[in-house]
Amino acid sequence: MKYYLLVLVLCLINITHTQNCTHTFLGEVKDFHDGTPMSGATVYLETLNKYVAADINGKFTIKNLCNGALVLVISHVGCDTKRIEVEINGDSYKEINMEHHIEELHEIKVSGEAPKKLTKTAQETQLSTKTIERFSALNLGDVLKQVSGVSSINTGNSIVKPVINGLHSSRISVIINGVLLQDQEWGIEHAPNIDLNTAGTINVIKGANALAYSGDAIGGVVILKPKNIISKDSLYGKTIFGAQTNGRGYNVASSLTKTWKKGWFINGQASMKRFGDFKAPNYILTNTGVNTKGFNINTGFKTFEKGFNINYSYLNNEIGILRAAHIGSINDLVDAINSGNPIVIEDFSYDINAPRQDVTHQTLKAEFYKRFKRFGRFQIQYDFQDNQRYEYDIRRNDDDKPAIDLNLKTHSVRANLKLDANTNTVYNFGVHTRYQNNFANPDTGIRRLIPDYDRYDIGVFAISNLKWDEKTNLNFGIRYDFNKINAQKFYLTSRWLERNYSDEFNDIITGSVFGKDIQNGVIDFNASQLLTNPVYNFHNVSVSAGISRKISKNQSILFNYGLSQRSPNPSELFSDGLHHSAARIELGDLRIEQEKSNRFGGTYQLNSSKLDLNLEGFLNHIKDFIQLIPFGTEQTIRGAFPVWNYVQTDALLFGFDLSTTYKINERWNLNNKSSFIKGRDTKAKTALIDMPSFRTTNVLGYTNKRWLNFNASLESEWVLRQNDFPDFNFETLNPTTQQMVLVDISTPPPAYHLLHFRSDITLPISKKTKLNIGLTVLNVLDTSYREYLNRLRYFADDLGRNFMLQIKLNY
Amino acid sequence: MKNLKRILISSMLVGSFIACDNDDDTPVVVVEEEVITTMTITLTPNGVGTPIIMQTRDADGDGPNAPVVSVSGNLTANTAYNGSIELLNELATPAEDITEEVEEKDDEHQFFFQATNSVATFTYNDMDGDGNPIGLSFTLTTSAAGTGTVTVSLIHEPMKNASGVSNGDITNAGGEEDIAETFNVVVQ
Repeated sequence: MKYYLLVLVLCLINITHTQNCTHTFLGEVKDFHDGTPMSGATVYLETLNKYVAADINGKFTIKNLCNGALVLVISHVGCDTKRIEVEINGDSYKEINMEHHIEELHEIKVSGEAPKKLTKTAQETQLSTKTIERFSALNLGDVLKQVSGVSSINTGNSIVKPVINGLHSSRISVIINGVLLQDQEWGIEHAPNIDLNTAGTINVIKGANALAYSGDAIGGVVILKPKNIISKDSLYGKTIFGAQTNGRGYNVASSLTKTWKKGWFINGQASMKRFGDFKAPNYILTNTGVNTKGFNINTGFKTFEKGFNINYSYLNNEIGILRAAHIGSINDLVDAINSGNPIVIEDFSYDINAPRQDVTHQTLKAEFYKRFKRFGRFQIQYDFQDNQRYEYDIRRNDDDKPAIDLNLKTHSVRANLKLDANTNTVYNFGVHTRYQNNFANPDTGIRRLIPDYDRYDIGVFAISNLKWDEKTNLNFGIRYDFNKINAQKFYLTSRWLERNYSDEFNDIITGSVFGKDIQNGVIDFNASQLLTNPVYNFHNVSVSAGISRKISKNQSILFNYGLSQRSPNPSELFSDGLHHSAARIELGDLRIEQEKSNRFGGTYQLNSSKLDLNLEGFLNHIKDFIQLIPFGTEQTIRGAFPVWNYVQTDALLFGFDLSTTYKINERWNLNNKSSFIKGRDTKAKTALIDMPSFRTTNVLGYTNKRWLNFNASLESEWVLRQNDFPDFNFETLNPTTQQMVLVDISTPPPAYHLLHFRSDITLPISKKTKLNIGLTVLNVLDTSYREYLNRLRYFADDLGRNFMLQIKLNY
Repeated sequence: MKNLKRILISSMLVGSFIACDNDDDTPVVVVEEEVITTMTITLTPNGVGTPIIMQTRDADGDGPNAPVVSVSGNLTANTAYNGSIELLNELATPAEDITEEVEEKDDEHQFFFQATNSVATFTYNDMDGDGNPIGLSFTLTTSAAGTGTVTVSLIHEPMKNASGVSNGDITNAGGEEDIAETFNVVVQ
């Protein structure tokens, strides 16, 4: 081959000679980022079919050239090969910049799915595509439980919210494809509107140490990224089909991607999920069906130097809420708790009746980035999100009229500048701006749970990543956020007076309501309702600092600190109404201020050939922690209702998360994940409500590549009873017996142990097509259990045995 | 750098567009539709005499104020009273008659009556299309003189066919309680 080339080159040189060309081209190969010369680059002259090498200064010369186009292909170890065209007109010079960094390219074929972290000094875990695909039929909250220290707070089995180190909802930021999800995430029964099938990887960062994403994520940040696009001419896709016995339903997800070598790409993805009533070991969970439809289109252009991306996604989730969980009074709740079985059990059905949720989330995103030589990368993004939430209750007249009809529109613009010319000191600056409008439709005929409001946010941040030496990384970040909330809220006059708002907030009253008429500018406490205009301005500062150090060949340690402030969300300020599924009145408080978290984290990591161990510890002190706790009871025509108030206290959370994998031999391995957390209310000197209990999972895995890549695992999930809980039980009068009865809303359910089995094989069908067949059995022993962090635990058991078959085709 | 400038300008344009998107429209008042504020029970003695009115009225609905519960007078011992129930939502103007709604969906509603100290017994005087009781019309029969309570509950979507329910036993009724009110009564 070499000889052949040589002959060819000689011939070509011969040809050029005959043309009598005498010009010289001088090239200089430099690193794009810091301009350092790159020695040893190979230059292939495509037009001349000739090779030259750059010298130690990155320079190379080509002599005896004629005028005209010259095509050069430059390659260097660790760089993307670059093809450029040079116009030769006399003696010429050109500087050629090579991209020595590989992060942008995403072209590196990662074998063994080595996790790629987004941060250097935070407590971060990445879930691979393979793990995510296994949970294709389930929810974000389910797959995140694969991360030690992440649990979930559920409303039934289809509304699953992630809990990171004991914190959830507004304290967690979810970023999907670069968009900070805004979907009324303050509500415990509002599951994140995410189609897991759109995610290629999921990174979980514990604590507020990812300031480039958000400043108020006291609990942590969840980052979902689509699968990487490879710049080559290719067409590929994936289809997952799943069927399961529990819920008697199916799920299907399919995606197709076309890429071009130049950098263009287009990707389409669609998914559907349909389940009927789920089943606990002993009974059908009536009205727990699910109907999900979603699609996603992504197109753009991507090279190392510049690129853009336009993305639209649509997701509709219709979720039935357990029929037996809809109650009218505290007596119904007492009956439900004492009976132990759901009050309504009907035959299996695919119908989704009231109570139910119907939520549509749409996202439109446009992103552009460009790299500048010896400078860095600039990125700007605009995104728009429209979240339409309907909640249907059982009503006297008309179940088809929603009880909650909220529309949340969010526009945001984010700009980012990353200075990475010096790889040892990388700076990242950014500005995030956001405008949000919430509209609570009055046609529901039910007073608004949260009011109409406009919200404006501006955040600026600066982050530096320093490489101190080969073993040590340092990180420091600071962020400032401004939030403004401008709301228009009606208060029942009786509520206004009961809250003692008239002492300090009468200046925000803009009108008084008589019947349906608003008398603007009138303050009259004989009116039935008062219209108010609360306006809040919050200034928040967040700081993050961290250090990671390799202490030996296979051990490293990490310490970090995060200070973050979170402004109260609309429900904490304005919540005002009766919650049917909980038989309680929930009240926000206009006086609530930001909460402030100081979190310390430490990690020890060991990666040896046999043993991988990751031990994370944390301590999180949250001043003015906002929590919803029972306060007293209020009498209505339906009897007494407990009133739950949003109040502020000081909280201390601490715990550790352990994750270990031990390779017994080539085929067998053992994995353990355990997490322990304590949450204390330091003012009341009690435990915090809704803290996850100790949880440990042990997995015995077997792999045999020779049996069609056979994998099997048996998982034991053991959850202890939460013994540290605040006692908010109270007594109420049973009108039937005229006796006081205990309303036991606090006592956690007993410990439980579940067994799960998973297996799969992979069949190569052709060179490019692979078929993967998986069989999973969840809750193998059909154990009856209830989980402390399931809001429907008063009403019914959790899910029984579930056989799941999954067929995955990669083509 | 030209590109950078362009981007900055366009982002500012987007920003200013967003800033202008601000409507200060006054929101529409919501008058609660689902609430029952008032239950008035009229007990007319079979013989002669003025009716006794038992009423619970919660003027602010699910608001903080407790309902006002009143009984207009004492019941006469060993007397049968014709009872009728009227339900209102007085948050609406004019007040909305919920009794009609209950009549329209009579198969989905049932009243239950209980008394302590055996001050009274109850029988239903009306039935839905399936022949099950509703309770908008009933008979209250007092026993010998004494004091006690009468509790009236309205259940939405009860299981009327469950054991004892059609006889007025609330134990197996299920459903949701729309009303549960206890009145103190004196029988003399």
